[in-house]
Amino acid sequence: MPSARRDRGLALAWGIVLLVALAGSVVTAICFGAADLRPDEVLRSVASHLGLGDSPLNALRDGIVWELRLPRVLTAAAVGAGLAISGTVMQALTRNALADPYLLGLSSGASLGAVGVLLLGLGILLPVAAFAGAFAALIATLLLAGAAGGVTPTRTVLAGVAVSALASAVTSLVIFWSATGDSFREILAWLLGSLAGSTWTTVAIAGVALLVVGVPVLFSGGALDSFAFGDATASALGVNVTATRWVLLAATALLTGAMVSVSGSIGFIGLVLPHAVRLLTGSRHRALLPLSALAGAIVLLWADTAARTLFDPRELPVGIVTAIVGAPVFALLLARRRSA
Amino acid sequence: MTSRTDAANRGSSNASVEGARLEVRDATVVLGGQRVVEGVSFTAAGGVTALIGPNGAGKSSLLRGIAGIVPLASGSVRFDGADLLGQGRRARARAVAVVEQELSSEVALSVRAAVELGRTPHRSLLATATAADDEIVASALRTVGMEGFAERPFDSLSGGERQRVHLARALAQQPRLLLLDEPTNHLDIRAQLATLGLLRRLSAEGVTAVAALHDLTLAAGYADHVVVLAGGRTVAEGDPRSVLTADLIHEVYGVSATVLQHPRSGRPLIAFDTEETA
Repeated sequence: MPSARRDRGLALAWGIVLLVALAGSVVTAICFGAADLRPDEVLRSVASHLGLGDSPLNALRDGIVWELRLPRVLTAAAVGAGLAISGTVMQALTRNALADPYLLGLSSGASLGAVGVLLLGLGILLPVAAFAGAFAALIATLLLAGAAGGVTPTRTVLAGVAVSALASAVTSLVIFWSATGDSFREILAWLLGSLAGSTWTTVAIAGVALLVVGVPVLFSGGALDSFAFGDATASALGVNVTATRWVLLAATALLTGAMVSVSGSIGFIGLVLPHAVRLLTGSRHRALLPLSALAGAIVLLWADTAARTLFDPRELPVGIVTAIVGAPVFALLLARRRSA
Repeated sequence: MTSRTDAANRGSSNASVEGARLEVRDATVVLGGQRVVEGVSFTAAGGVTALIGPNGAGKSSLLRGIAGIVPLASGSVRFDGADLLGQGRRARARAVAVVEQELSSEVALSVRAAVELGRTPHRSLLATATAADDEIVASALRTVGMEGFAERPFDSLSGGERQRVHLARALAQQPRLLLLDEPTNHLDIRAQLATLGLLRRLSAEGVTAVAALHDLTLAAGYADHVVVLAGGRTVAEGDPRSVLTADLIHEVYGVSATVLQHPRSGRPLIAFDTEETA
């Protein structure tokens, strides 16, 4: 007889598969690019930087692995995992299948902050400004929802739409008035989402956010499950609805803010992956959260690899790749759900 | 679920376990500035209690107040001698289960996953389902006659089937106090009788049940005790045979009815007067 424990076995099996796939993807993705590298060269080069043996590569190629591709691949994986976790939590908290990490105006706020510093030629401050913008937008959203009568899911979503629209409008206005050719390109890449600027600093920002905020959120599965039939049922099941919602909203905002600050607003990862993983393992968040995180890491990693290699030497903003792939996949998932 | 529809079959159940005593004192609930429940008191000494009254009488809010889902502006709720609202949420959720009305979900949940939610207050934040949890969930599904539906998506069920799944979820909480908000809504007559019959069986096993009901004859036929609410206040309380009179029904609902007696159980049958009988 099928049981909850069998489901758990299935989830565990998927977890192992995805973990192995992620490790393999990191090594394989590094090999892709203008300079051809073999997996064993990549592994030995990385090992040499960790103090194990010597790199088989010359200084230039070794630099490509350690200074360019590895930070980029790791940033992509961390951002993908973070966005997938945020998206899963937002969908559960708002009971809205269309929710994504940017629902509360986070990406629009971050964009406004980022565009501001890019136009002022202060690109170095970009992560800080983007993060500040994301958080300002979140606070504006929550204040607006509170002023409208309480931070319920519906009001929060509506307030987020309003704040998003306003921040986007101001961003467009600023770009229209002040951008020149070069800064326009830079801004556009950021608005569409790009990992081209990845360094060990972005690995640190995204990685720390993932470990400090994302990993604890993985343990909120039981609480998120209880929201399936609404706040009253969650409350009747012994969950402190208000505290849980605030803590998780704040955590998601921090996580998303950190990810947006290093990558711009990459779409569809946080929206589509939770739905795709649900088809594999069901809706229990204990399994859904970690599996979505792993899947998000793998998908964004490969999307970014495609973005930087497909039209080599030109590079696409990865947000375009995730949108081109994500939109039809989302449509397929919706169609499947409807017929289920 | 098997429906024992014959009222005479129920009789008195001397061998049964007495449910614990629920005492609601001066309960007041304020929603959006409105005092939707105002100073309601009643005592349910185990068994099945029916909350009746017109729409907007405060039945749902009172149930939510007793469960601690909405705060009481004043008043107290004692269950089995202990202050129910003074307890922690999780401790309370291990004793009290709530079946709300018309709950849907956007989440694509299987029936079994939905029922498993009932185990939430019984396990720690990090623990996952144990074999005992699996057995309790399976048993709850059997009790409501939904064991064949465990793997079905919740949103593919009919209204009546959903209602039974919610009941199973509440049973998986292993409550000693079961609060139900119009549990017979959307059910056909057979399923209504089956649900109320189940409440009777549960009450014989020591569960105290309080259900908001619209159908007066069903309330009269199944409840040990009725509490009549109107405008957020208690209008009458007691044995259905003495409380449900034509005068009370006219006072509370503004309709005229003739109250008959069931030929075998002696419980009230409410026949509403129409233009034909007026």
